[in-house]
Amino acid sequence: MKSDPTVCVMGEDVGHYGGSYKVTKGLAEMFGDLRVLDTPIAENSFTGMGIGAAMKGLRPIVEGMNMGFLLLAYNQISNNCGMLHYTSGGQFKIPVVIRGPGGVGRQLGAEHSQRLESYFQSIPGLQMVACSTPYNAKGLMKAAIRSENPVVLFEHVLLYNLKEKIPDEEYICCLEEAEMVRPGEHVTILTYSRMRYHVMQAAKTLVNKGYDPEVIDIRSLKPFDLHTIGNSIKKTHRVLIVEECMRTGGIGASLRSAIIDNFWDYLDAPIMCLSSQDVPTPYAGTLEDATVVQPAQIVAAVEQICQ
Amino acid sequence: MAAASFTAAKFLAPVAARSGGDRAPPLPAIGAASARPRRGAQQTRLRTALAVSSDVLAGNKAAQAAAGEPVVTREEALEVYEDMVLGRVFEDMCAQMYYRGKMFGFVHLYNGQEAVSTGFIKLLNQADCVVSTYRDHVHALSKGVPARSVMAELFGKATGCCRGQGGSMHMFSAPHNLLGGFAFIGEGIPVATGAAFAAKYRHEVLKQSSPDGLDVTLAFFGDGTCNNGQFFECLNMAQLWKLPIVFVVENNLWAIGMSHLRATSDPEIYKKGPAFGMPGVHVDGMDVLKVREVAKEAIERARRGEGPTLVECETYRFRGHSLADPDELRKPDEKSHYAARDPITALKKYIIEYNLATESELKSIEKKIDDIVEEAVEFADASPHPPRSQLLENVFADPKGFGIGPDGKYRCEDPKFTQGTAQV
Repeated sequence: MKSDPTVCVMGEDVGHYGGSYKVTKGLAEMFGDLRVLDTPIAENSFTGMGIGAAMKGLRPIVEGMNMGFLLLAYNQISNNCGMLHYTSGGQFKIPVVIRGPGGVGRQLGAEHSQRLESYFQSIPGLQMVACSTPYNAKGLMKAAIRSENPVVLFEHVLLYNLKEKIPDEEYICCLEEAEMVRPGEHVTILTYSRMRYHVMQAAKTLVNKGYDPEVIDIRSLKPFDLHTIGNSIKKTHRVLIVEECMRTGGIGASLRSAIIDNFWDYLDAPIMCLSSQDVPTPYAGTLEDATVVQPAQIVAAVEQICQ
Repeated sequence: MAAASFTAAKFLAPVAARSGGDRAPPLPAIGAASARPRRGAQQTRLRTALAVSSDVLAGNKAAQAAAGEPVVTREEALEVYEDMVLGRVFEDMCAQMYYRGKMFGFVHLYNGQEAVSTGFIKLLNQADCVVSTYRDHVHALSKGVPARSVMAELFGKATGCCRGQGGSMHMFSAPHNLLGGFAFIGEGIPVATGAAFAAKYRHEVLKQSSPDGLDVTLAFFGDGTCNNGQFFECLNMAQLWKLPIVFVVENNLWAIGMSHLRATSDPEIYKKGPAFGMPGVHVDGMDVLKVREVAKEAIERARRGEGPTLVECETYRFRGHSLADPDELRKPDEKSHYAARDPITALKKYIIEYNLATESELKSIEKKIDDIVEEAVEFADASPHPPRSQLLENVFADPKGFGIGPDGKYRCEDPKFTQGTAQV
């Protein structure tokens, strides 16, 4: 926001309140109420407003207070965000970033625990990325703001408290690239967002059991970085996808079919996909834990694949 | 044709008690014993239903122009006449072309409503923005998009204003600041609100000011849209931030086959403006000069930074909702009532009556327009269809969005990529 005065933020409570998860804390004091705009509760309309502003040269970052609220903005995200560059014959670009906290938290109830990656996945014209560490959160955010394309940036409710030392100098992360988290030889584990941490926890157990998993945080949910993914599969010949998305029509489902299309000959075992249950996230803690993939399931899956 | 001026109507701005303005009138005591306590100076209350005016409902009793004086100059009258004739002839040609199989899909014609488009849009600068709905051909023409570009777009040719990718319902032109063309009703209004927001932002944050004032955005939409959430959400935001926008309701009484009266609890749309704190004006949308007067005020208001206006234009579409609509529900006497108020006939009569031009001058304008529209058809006919390679070109502004392929290169670097499929 300092280097480009056309960058602005709009959303509920992003200004004076600093954001529901404090992502925009202090920005309104620095940049004023117009650049950090507290909107009324009207997701479809303020998202559309962000799109119209983008068409006229601004670079808005639209926040869904909880990503689930963006369902109310689906008309604008699908029809206008994704499509206007195309239907206008390339005349208008929509460099918006649509972001917010999503995913399953701690007993927040079904509607505040939604996993929307699959819902937006098919919209032509959108890019989707999911951050998972302070380093890539900053890098992906910067890249998303600079991109001329509309980007949906998925943050996770449970990851805001992570602390990490990040470089002082400027850096960005490539929007289309995946991140190698842990190189290995036996199996490729593809994951993103919070599940990365469940995978790394499982990896500790797996290493003790003598396995050597390669863990890749795909980061780019649309498009997939088939280069990083492909190179890994060519090495390990076994793939496990671990995601928080629902099983039906999820990121894993698309990833699986992209892998089959491109790397079938390199596979020595069927691709396994661990997704969360196709269930509205229950409130009860025990049921909520059973909704998402847990490290023990990841360990068992790897053992099965590597038989 | 009397000039209608809504500042002539007595309207009071919303009362802001905090700034020391008038207090709200006391609430009536409920029951003898307990008077409801007043919230005092912190309360902001609006006086109801005052920021409205309607020359139509007032029986055209609004300020009359001085007797014998036209309200427009000769140049203005001819400009306006030519624009309306262009709109009418173009749409008639669309009907012909559709039935001859040159145009496809859903085509929604504007016949009868020309006074609204011309009345408003001819007052705009190039930098001002227009946002429309699927009934957008004439808004495009009024804003200056060449007839040949619109016709070619309707024919689905590569020379269309949107390269053939948008079609009838998605007219866009960046050089003319036409921001669409939207198929779902209501979804253009937030986009218009965003364009107005950007105008305010340019002025206040980027410090790019024009001596004329703020760039204005016009949002056109119909009576059906006024029952949609996005309409109300944007009225609220536009007034809240005093955005330079005019909400223009083209109330033609019908949303396909749904009569406005059957769909709307309170059918007087203009009265909904004051509910949000902005003036609401009702104008005879079949009278281009009346529309123009109201438009002038609303646009000037916006330019000065005083915020939005809601203008309801009573108008009528002479044809069905679209070329596919058999138009069986509307009664013949309703249709003939409005046919008698054809805005083009009315303006012609006015021009002759006030000696602004001769019959033969008007006829030569009509001939000129006929030639323009004929040429547009020839151009569109002769233009090429979009090639297969165009399919993927505008999916992303930055084609890196198609991602990195298995070979490590961005897919868009492969020259054959746009001839393939958009796999990710």
